Amino acid sequence: MSEWQDQLFEVLKAGGIKQVAYVPDAGHARLIERVEDEPGLRGIVLTTEEEGVALACGAWLGGERAALLMQSSGVGNCVNMLSLVSNCRFPFLTLVTMRGEWAEFNPWQVPMAKATQEVLESMGVSVFRVTQANEVAPTVQAAVELAFDSDQAVAVLLSQRLIGRKSWLHTN
Amino acid sequence: MAAHELTDTDGLDRRSATARLLSACPDALVISGLGSASYDVFAAGDRSSNFYLWGAMGGAAAMGLGLALAQPRRPVLVLTGDGEQLMGMGTLASIGAQRPANLSVVVLDNGRYAETGMQRSHTALGVSLPAVAAACGFAWTLDIGEMGALAPLGARIEAMHGCGLARIKVRAEEVPRALPSRDGVWLKNRFRSALGFLPM
Repeated sequence: MSEWQDQLFEVLKAGGIKQVAYVPDAGHARLIERVEDEPGLRGIVLTTEEEGVALACGAWLGGERAALLMQSSGVGNCVNMLSLVSNCRFPFLTLVTMRGEWAEFNPWQVPMAKATQEVLESMGVSVFRVTQANEVAPTVQAAVELAFDSDQAVAVLLSQRLIGRKSWLHTN
Repeated sequence: MAAHELTDTDGLDRRSATARLLSACPDALVISGLGSASYDVFAAGDRSSNFYLWGAMGGAAAMGLGLALAQPRRPVLVLTGDGEQLMGMGTLASIGAQRPANLSVVVLDNGRYAETGMQRSHTALGVSLPAVAAACGFAWTLDIGEMGALAPLGARIEAMHGCGLARIKVRAEEVPRALPSRDGVWLKNRFRSALGFLPM
């Protein structure tokens, strides 16, 4: 898993992203670690995902590019704040790790997983889905360009199959 | 709610307080929270470095945080109401975790949701936003009840000596609306142009 996450970090860095806001997810753990270790990047931990939507818009007002990292459950927390992106045509980039689809153990993750893409699209966000490790870097690269060259809102959904099963059952 | 609870004569006039504060921090980049705060900031004199929110309730302080991190050499002022800030209370924790020295949040606190019929908010029921900000690690917090404190507040905002939150107690009363542009794309491009960034 760390290989595509490292590529993802390089794409964001080369794409001029300066602020990386996040509500942590295990699927983003490596990327968050790289961001926090990188002097030129600012990692910003949030209490809820909608803060990251507003923060990204503020960053752009001030001339910086931001990205928002979250898991699929967080997409539901962003809905009304996405009206800020849409009304002002702010560029917006979010990378969403999916829960509740591939080999999920926790049924509480499933409803929002099923709604994630539809919720984003209903608020005007373009959605790219990635299921293979070798597609991550080129897809995120394309998302960076679409967001910041064309003032668009773009989400990349990183599938649970890509991230792998969460280990729940431990034997002592 | 009884009619006598709709107004509260305790506190400053919000329009004069906002005008006094903004005249004391002419270099600040300003984000205004939806509703009365946006009207107050516009009524004090339109500036290209004002960004007026008409929605996105709860997002003003987070927007200010992103802006403050992007523009560390400019003072950033989030001017909002108690209801708007209460919806973004978690953002006070996110600001406390970053503590940008150039970010100030000023809450015009009438203890009411003025836009929707003057229903009482949490601040009229015992909640203190300066106390929350202090607990979140803000470098300074102020509770302001007189006009004489506003010019020093403006100077403090421009000095950029640490992130802070000031609560200004304002009267709960209806004031005539003063309506800034509702065109978000235009407001965005105007704001960015003032900082030297060209539109797409």
